[in-house]
Amino acid sequence: MSTTNQYKDLFKQGIWDNNTALVQLLGLCPLLAVTGTLINGLGLGIATTFVLVGSNVTVSIIRAHIPKEIRIPIFVMLIASFVTNVQLLMNAFTYELYLILGIFIPLIVTNCAIIGRAEAFASKNSVGPSFVDGLAQGLGFTLVLMVLGGLRELVGQGTILDGAHLIFGETARSWTSHFYLADQKFLFAVLPPGAFIGLGLLIALKNWYQNKP
Amino acid sequence: MNKFHQGRSTSQVMATACFALIPGAFAQIYFQGWGVLINLVICASTAITAEAIILKVRKKPVRETLCDFSALLTGLLIALALPPLLPWWMSIIGCSFAIIIAKQLYGGLGFNPFNPAMVGYVLLLISFPIEMTAWLPAKSIALEVASLTESIQLIFTGYTTSGMDVNSYRLIADGFTMATPLDESKTALATGLMSSEIMAQADFQSNLTGWFWINCAFLIGGLSLMLLRIIHWHIPVSLLVSIWLTSTLLSLYDSDLFLPSTTLLFSGATMLGAFFIATDPVSASTTFKGRLIYGASIGLLIVIIRTFGGYPDGVAFAVLLLNIAAPTIDHYTKPRVYGSETN
Repeated sequence: MSTTNQYKDLFKQGIWDNNTALVQLLGLCPLLAVTGTLINGLGLGIATTFVLVGSNVTVSIIRAHIPKEIRIPIFVMLIASFVTNVQLLMNAFTYELYLILGIFIPLIVTNCAIIGRAEAFASKNSVGPSFVDGLAQGLGFTLVLMVLGGLRELVGQGTILDGAHLIFGETARSWTSHFYLADQKFLFAVLPPGAFIGLGLLIALKNWYQNKP
Repeated sequence: MNKFHQGRSTSQVMATACFALIPGAFAQIYFQGWGVLINLVICASTAITAEAIILKVRKKPVRETLCDFSALLTGLLIALALPPLLPWWMSIIGCSFAIIIAKQLYGGLGFNPFNPAMVGYVLLLISFPIEMTAWLPAKSIALEVASLTESIQLIFTGYTTSGMDVNSYRLIADGFTMATPLDESKTALATGLMSSEIMAQADFQSNLTGWFWINCAFLIGGLSLMLLRIIHWHIPVSLLVSIWLTSTLLSLYDSDLFLPSTTLLFSGATMLGAFFIATDPVSASTTFKGRLIYGASIGLLIVIIRTFGGYPDGVAFAVLLLNIAAPTIDHYTKPRVYGSETN
């Protein structure tokens, strides 16, 4: 298989065939907890992607030197250092979003999707494919976070892209579009049960689309 | 087949249950106004429409399934649990969610682990807590009573032509709003009033009387279901005894801090819950001993949630929690088949 084809295949795997959230069902804790709005989802998605790419590349570089017996602690320490980077960066540049996502930024360490990729892919492949794999898996995860966040935001408070300025700066404040003016939020969609049912419906939709004759 | 072992079809059971709701529904319309009737119409039609649509999508026989009346019963139960002047679209959300998500996505009648009506009700309760607790005071003490036209206007537009909103119909003579007795007493107890002081208030008493008769009417309907052998006695009896026992113990411990047991037995959704909701044949426990445990636990939880919880009534939460436990209860109370080994 040529390299381009392999990369294409990795992207297809990460975004659709073997999607972290919809197929592997990994990393559900942050997925369910922070997808109150599209922007929150995007924020955590970018952070997770950054950590995934970083840990995949590093693990792949030093894979020949990692003793098999203690590989898990080593992976966790590598991931933790990348998470610390992300946390400090977000604290510095997107402070409000940092406050909103709160504990779920340090908790990226425990996202099994990341250690899963380190174990299943990066520790067996060279740097190039590992980088692409991390990027693809992260993109797939981010997309699901954004779709779920967008759905919950739309149903729960009738807006899309609320709080875009948290990531894109002050000019983005006007990006928010209001679909209906809610006197009161539809709390079910805003609260965690809405995330569970929303994710269930997304998985059902994907399976239905795939099995369509 | 003899008289006592006639097999009943699902549609007969469900239709009888719908008919048994009539006395309670009339009492609720009498004490809470025309809004209840409008809710019944909205919820029943939504439930049936939602069932028809989802059956069509699932490629199941639509007409045959609709004729089992289970969707109708779900709609009616939700309507009777809703405050009378709830905005129409909330009723529609609740009923569609109950039928589509809580019932049909799990596989339809017979496969749903949770009571669909209660799932729909709880969805609305946690989503719209203010509207969902906007009950009206009994007619005898209310400042204004909404006519049929006014109720329709309030439900569909939020205002009457004279500019009144739902809250103006919640006022009593002295200008205060009045919630349900359970809600009212919970607030009053929190402010330090004694149970006996609350019970002595004239307005509270008139309000309580309304709910007493509503509960009596549901009790009559429920007893007739029991006599017709549509439902077994275990769940309602153990549930009511458990409420009585728990609240009596609490009153004995301190009669100033806790409501008397008659108040708990005859207010809120106690009777509706005991006879029509907890007895749902699909989501309830099915063994003899299991039903007793199931009913008694619901009763205990109702008292606990009403007394110590954040919500004024607890029937829906108690039923849903025990729905989760029902398979486990059944597993441990399975009767031993004669001749088989003990486990």
